[in-house]
Amino acid sequence: MHSIRGGIRGHSTSAWRRVGVAAGVFVVLAVLLASSAAPEKHLSVYSTAANYSLPIVQRQGREYVGLLELLDPLGTVSAKFEPPRWRIHYNGILGEFVVGKSYSRIQGRDADLGGKFLMENGRGLVLVASLGSLLPRFLGGGVTLHQESGRLFIGSVATHFTASVSQDDASHLVFHFTAPVNPSVSTEPGKLRMTFSHEPVTSPASPTLTFGSKTIPEATYSESNGAAQITVSTTIPLIAGFSPDGKTITLSPTKSQTAATTTGTAVAGPTAPVATAPAAPAPGVTSSTGTAAASPQGGAVPQPPAARPSGGVARRYFAVVDASHGGNDRGEALSTTLAEKDVTVAFARRLRQELENRGIPTLVLRDSDATVSLDDRAYYANTTHAAVYVALHAASNGHGVRLYTSLLPYAAEDDRGPFRSWSTAQSASIALSQATAASVAAELKKQQVAVRTLTAPLRPLNNINTAAIAVEVAAPSSDLAPLTSSDYQQLVAGAVANGIAAIRMQLGAAP
Amino acid sequence: MIPRHLFIAVSVLLLAVLGMSVYAWRMRGRAAAGPVASVDMRPVVPPVAGATEQVTLFVAYDDTGVLLAQPARIPLPSVRQQRAEELLRSLLALYLDKASPHPLPEGADVRSVYLVDPGLAVIDINAAFADGHRSGVLSEELTVASMIQTLSANLPGILRVKILVEGKQRDTLAGHADLSGFFDVSAINQLTSQLQLSQ
Repeated sequence: MHSIRGGIRGHSTSAWRRVGVAAGVFVVLAVLLASSAAPEKHLSVYSTAANYSLPIVQRQGREYVGLLELLDPLGTVSAKFEPPRWRIHYNGILGEFVVGKSYSRIQGRDADLGGKFLMENGRGLVLVASLGSLLPRFLGGGVTLHQESGRLFIGSVATHFTASVSQDDASHLVFHFTAPVNPSVSTEPGKLRMTFSHEPVTSPASPTLTFGSKTIPEATYSESNGAAQITVSTTIPLIAGFSPDGKTITLSPTKSQTAATTTGTAVAGPTAPVATAPAAPAPGVTSSTGTAAASPQGGAVPQPPAARPSGGVARRYFAVVDASHGGNDRGEALSTTLAEKDVTVAFARRLRQELENRGIPTLVLRDSDATVSLDDRAYYANTTHAAVYVALHAASNGHGVRLYTSLLPYAAEDDRGPFRSWSTAQSASIALSQATAASVAAELKKQQVAVRTLTAPLRPLNNINTAAIAVEVAAPSSDLAPLTSSDYQQLVAGAVANGIAAIRMQLGAAP
Repeated sequence: MIPRHLFIAVSVLLLAVLGMSVYAWRMRGRAAAGPVASVDMRPVVPPVAGATEQVTLFVAYDDTGVLLAQPARIPLPSVRQQRAEELLRSLLALYLDKASPHPLPEGADVRSVYLVDPGLAVIDINAAFADGHRSGVLSEELTVASMIQTLSANLPGILRVKILVEGKQRDTLAGHADLSGFFDVSAINQLTSQLQLSQ
């Protein structure tokens, strides 16, 4: 009996061991498959209203995108699903789609979808390939779809560029863009690569540009997964300098290798750093502001100090725009159907566009209906090392715009050495915040917008360690409708952007 | 064979039961549809009697977004802590009035005010106050500044103020005004100066 029990136990142990091994192999395979999976594809959309990115999903071997999500940033949109019909209203235009059908009716006229319309979790999915013919029915204007690279241009928004070797010095390559740009710059041996994720940069006449220069023989243009890329071949280390208006990038040789070793700011390794360059310079900084180094040998290259804000940390974004509330936090119920969180995110997108139009690289902290805690907002804003933080609010009472700077709490604890108290981190920047608010207020007054400047116990302003203001937008009169109108939002966003642009030199110089 | 009188009696009883059931059903429906008697949320503390004193209340006006000093004569007890509570209740009485310039939700009340040396005042408001407060940066700021300024203007020596809700710390009043820290009375004084100027 004893031996039988032992045999059963031995058999059982062996079986469990086999199951364990099989499970282990399965997990390893799953991890390998997951790690080798292709990166998520995106569709980048460029328009005068907003530049944004949407995920592309693969269904039945074809690429689909959510139509509601696509139209949402462009205007007023709503949708209703009554199986099998899905109706979408965009700026008063009605589109009717039927699940499984490859045609739709838009404003009473048939439109070919090129493939089946799908519904998933309340999302209406259309083929990416159909957007070129489908969107003009809604938007009333032309669109250009780069299907292979996942880029969609709505209207005439494309940014064109030219590249030429400087007449004064053949080792300098100058790019001129028709609008401000803010590419991320990376390097590898013999190459400097500029990636345009947010700008509608389009191809020159020929994707390969030759310059007849020994040091910079050629540059190639390519597009993939919602981004454009310019790759410059070089035989010498290059740095990229940005003009104050963000429209010109000059690639020029770095200082000597000796300088690199003496400055102690060397970049090591065969794959040089991914350094991003702000289009807006610090005061007194010329076109060498925001440089990124490329080394043909992948060796050490100096990083000019002017490229870095305080603490020697690279500044990627000059401004951080924070759409307050979101997700579970709806903010004020402005009306029975309108929540503050929806107005702030729409306004944030406009403000980003306005700031970037002025050459100010901008990060929007909340670009979707996500719940983000106040501590996280402050953390993200502080870690970007941006020069200015702008929180956006909307209100139903009063009229015009109210600008707030932090009303600091009673200091419970002092800063200790290099560490600042979380609750009063704003204290060192309060003067700069007030200057920013004053500059924005002046621009709003120029636009005849009623404006008031106050302090407020409003988080996370007191946790931000750079210039920080909150903008509370109310309708110009008792009628709330203008609060969601593009004209009013544009007017206010433009004035706020002007105010920040007017003080950018002062902001950029802040420690 | 059922006797005739028995049959009639049972029929009458059944009809009576049916009639009572219909009546009861209708009464139930009427009771559900009828207005619910509102709960009297007024504070149960008896009003203070005695000689009145001149005080300054800082009253918020939503229409212009301002905070204005307003003299008032109210009976005040001699104990400092009770004076603080009475001051705030007088202020809230204005806001709970039908013609309120800055309406607060029904049932809003100050549960207690604790004066802790040196210079700390803790205002404990009830849940109805915070839960039903109108959301908005300016709207919430007016409430906070109104209470703190009224308290500090009439009770010298208060340097910082903490606001609790039902005895517990709360992040914000109604989504905006930060209640997590201590309010610096000198900063609130400056804010009051700003709020006395309309747009």
